[in-house]
Amino acid sequence: MTDPVLSVQGLTVEIPGRRGILRPVDDVSFDIAAGEILGVVGESGAGKSMTGNAVIGLLDPPARISAGQVMLKGEPIHTTKGDAIRRIRGKRMGMIFQDPLTSLNPLLTIGDQLTETILQHLDVSEPEARRRAMTALDDVGIPAVEDRIDSYPHQFSGGMRQRVVIALALCAEPEVVIADEPTTALDVSVQAQVLALLKRLCREKGLAVMLITHDMGVIAETADRVAVMYAGRMAELGPVRDVVTVAHHPYTAGLMASTPDASRGEARLRQIPGSMPRLGNLPAGCPFHPRCDRVGEKCRHDPRPDLSVDGGRAACWFPLTEKAET
Amino acid sequence: MSAIVRVRNLSRVFDVSKPWLNRVIERLPKARLRAVDDVSFEIEENACYALVGESGSGKSTIGKMVVGLLPPSQGSVEVMGVDLATEPEGERRVEVRANLQMIFQDPYASLNPRWKVRDIVAEPAVAQGKATDGLAEALLEKVGLSAVDAGKYPHEFSGGQRQRICIARALAGEPKVIICDEPTSALDVSVQSQVLNLMSDLRADLGLSYLFISHDLTVVRHMADTIGVLYLGALIEEAPRDRLFEDPKHPYTQMLFEAAPKMDAFGREIDPPKGEIPNPIDPPSGCPFHPRCPIAVDRCSVDRPELRWIGSTRVACHLAE
Amino acid sequence: MTDTPDHRPPEMQARPSRLRRAWESDFIYSFTRSPVAMVSAFVVVVLVLGAVFAPLIAPYDPFNPASLNLMNGFTPPGTANQFTGDVFVMGSDDQGRDVFSTILYGMRISLFVGFAAVLLAMTIGVTLGLIAAYVGGWVETIIMRIADVQLTFPAILVAMLIFGIAQGITPPEYRDQVAIWVLILAIGLSDWVQFARVVRGATLVEKNREYVQAARLVGRSGNAIMLRHILPNVLNPVLVIATISLALAIIAEATLSFLGVGAPPTKPSLGTLIRIGQEFMFSGEWWILIFPSATLLALALSINLLGDWLRDALNPKLRA
Repeated sequence: MTDPVLSVQGLTVEIPGRRGILRPVDDVSFDIAAGEILGVVGESGAGKSMTGNAVIGLLDPPARISAGQVMLKGEPIHTTKGDAIRRIRGKRMGMIFQDPLTSLNPLLTIGDQLTETILQHLDVSEPEARRRAMTALDDVGIPAVEDRIDSYPHQFSGGMRQRVVIALALCAEPEVVIADEPTTALDVSVQAQVLALLKRLCREKGLAVMLITHDMGVIAETADRVAVMYAGRMAELGPVRDVVTVAHHPYTAGLMASTPDASRGEARLRQIPGSMPRLGNLPAGCPFHPRCDRVGEKCRHDPRPDLSVDGGRAACWFPLTEKAET
Repeated sequence: MSAIVRVRNLSRVFDVSKPWLNRVIERLPKARLRAVDDVSFEIEENACYALVGESGSGKSTIGKMVVGLLPPSQGSVEVMGVDLATEPEGERRVEVRANLQMIFQDPYASLNPRWKVRDIVAEPAVAQGKATDGLAEALLEKVGLSAVDAGKYPHEFSGGQRQRICIARALAGEPKVIICDEPTSALDVSVQSQVLNLMSDLRADLGLSYLFISHDLTVVRHMADTIGVLYLGALIEEAPRDRLFEDPKHPYTQMLFEAAPKMDAFGREIDPPKGEIPNPIDPPSGCPFHPRCPIAVDRCSVDRPELRWIGSTRVACHLAE
Repeated sequence: MTDTPDHRPPEMQARPSRLRRAWESDFIYSFTRSPVAMVSAFVVVVLVLGAVFAPLIAPYDPFNPASLNLMNGFTPPGTANQFTGDVFVMGSDDQGRDVFSTILYGMRISLFVGFAAVLLAMTIGVTLGLIAAYVGGWVETIIMRIADVQLTFPAILVAMLIFGIAQGITPPEYRDQVAIWVLILAIGLSDWVQFARVVRGATLVEKNREYVQAARLVGRSGNAIMLRHILPNVLNPVLVIATISLALAIIAEATLSFLGVGAPPTKPSLGTLIRIGQEFMFSGEWWILIFPSATLLALALSINLLGDWLRDALNPKLRA
């Protein structure tokens, strides 16, 4: 594999609070290569969005990166501040948010928004920027670009709007795209369109994509590798096919078993008991141990495991190594 | 088995016109949105009937009309043989209505934040003038919480636990039918399975019937006995669960199944579905699906297909066979 | 039934006492982190206590004509009177009344009128706002149009109008006795609009929430839903407005009294005292004006700042 475009090592985010310091992201490491989609999956509160925001430098104070590094093509960017990070953000990294309505300015035409972004980050003339804006819209499958470039966001449907947001994220030709739940607000049929588009653009443009979602099905279909997060930590990391067929971490296994699947034909769904602990109240040892059915003494008392205990795959003392019988 | 809820030719039209003055100035006609269009189905006793559809399909509106939160524009809802809109006897109406309860999508908005759980759960019994001593505690234990929880406030619970409280409240009215409007779509998967299992258990234990409204095919496939597929307010296909998934007749149903993400479809390259749901204020002529339909013929844009039986499936498509 | 063991965090299994929870609440926390709120609260508490316990604290009874000595007139603060040798902390006025005592007693009137007027405005406003939003239709239109019309006039004008009419229909011999109540009515009626508007807005949001639908579904009556479900959930903004209104009502009362249409000189409020004091401003007896004015300022400003803090503390969006 070539050198990773985006490399995150030991990333830790802290929020100083009234009852002590919270760590919504704790020692998270991953790489994304060009043309690769890394899926980041987890339930609400797992820290997946916070990880995305930390990578692109969009943490709201008082949250801050307290340890670790974020490298873009070998160059550290986690300490970059002010104008410099803003330049990187628009130019070299793009972000796609969940709600397309709030990420577009309702008072500007989409053409203006695209042209403005291009002019800000690329050294081109205004007519050239507009031409590129049209290409960008064409790229994301907006029909009749000529007629629609001067429309306002509210004149587009939900799916079309999300396409515009993707065009906006890609128009300055970034190397990395962070997509935070890009299809959660969309209907199934439109979701399929947007995911297919994301996959195509990733391959054609050699983008490194970080796809954040709670939907294991979306990950299975779209991502090349998957990172499973639990309570701010990395629970499992591996090629998507391996993780989905034989999950090593009991949490990953439970997550997939609790998704209803008629092919298993069971009357009752598998369930993980309880819910994710609050950040201010993490259990000692492995954060998953109170909900885990493979829990042992080691899990309760030893310091929490990281991915290295299972050869870089799962943060679990007793990983599952063969497909659990259903 | 007999039908406990009969929905006949149910329609609902919303007036979505601009304010009167704007209409006069801009010379606009009144705008009407046909959210539900001539929908009929029956829910058998102790069965789970699911309505699936994407946004704008009218599934939530149907739920609200069945439960009586919205009056239908046309058609009727008959519960245990009593038509709730035309039944002249007020007492009988109240009595029958008490057999319907609802679970909402958002477990955060559906519990009054200022009330203790005990009062929330017991409210249906209070409204019916029944005794409430120990009722909330017993129901909370039934849904997998503890009796101590009755003295707490909603904000002390997680999303899944709140949904359990909502279920306990629904049970307090001793209903026969529970309308579930996307009961798990605000929950995480691991918690979703807890709630779905609870609902299955309660159905077996208490002989409940469900009208299950959802956009999630995997959940519907797990829960439902019979499934109705909605598109732009109209029922376009209805079949027993296994039959629908094994042999979907309507091109829209086929498209939905194809588009749903699948766990075992690594890097699947699908030809994504065409187009998006049309604006319901200005629906297409003929079959509402024809502009997106891969097999549409000329007739589809003119002639609106009626539901017809093919085996145990009802389908509204000229070409299905 | 379900095989779900309860894995709740320990913090939720053992429950600390109500008092302890209240003490640890975000509300108190935000209070202890705001110096402005703490100082304001301190000032308000001191002033209110002073007013409530005026008979115990005040060195003189300013309204007992028998205790007054005209020889004590115009004694400067802190110095002994040249004729009687009496000492007044804040000096004395033209009739020899102790300014400090009159302020304490005046504050009683001001605070009483303020609280009562806000209570009246709140009752009217919350009721009408709730009804307007919940019932809707022409009821809503009528209530809100009346509110709009009233809002186009300055509140003090409306209060003066009501005060004038009420005084006009009262027989002259009772006017001084009912003056306070008329004042409360006038200020209360001039101030209900903002309560109604805010409650209507909040109710329109709440009535579409699912918990209200759930209550409708189980057959609760409209009254029960309005009073037991919606009302408790719209009270936060009402509390904020009530606090700020209290400051405004005290100032409105002072304004009316200053203009001579409010509290009678026999029962002076802070406004009346300021009116009396301003006659002596330029003849050198500044203390008769300055001390009541400073008290009014401190009272109104502290209540207002407290209201500002309350608005921030109750706003869920600003909570971390």
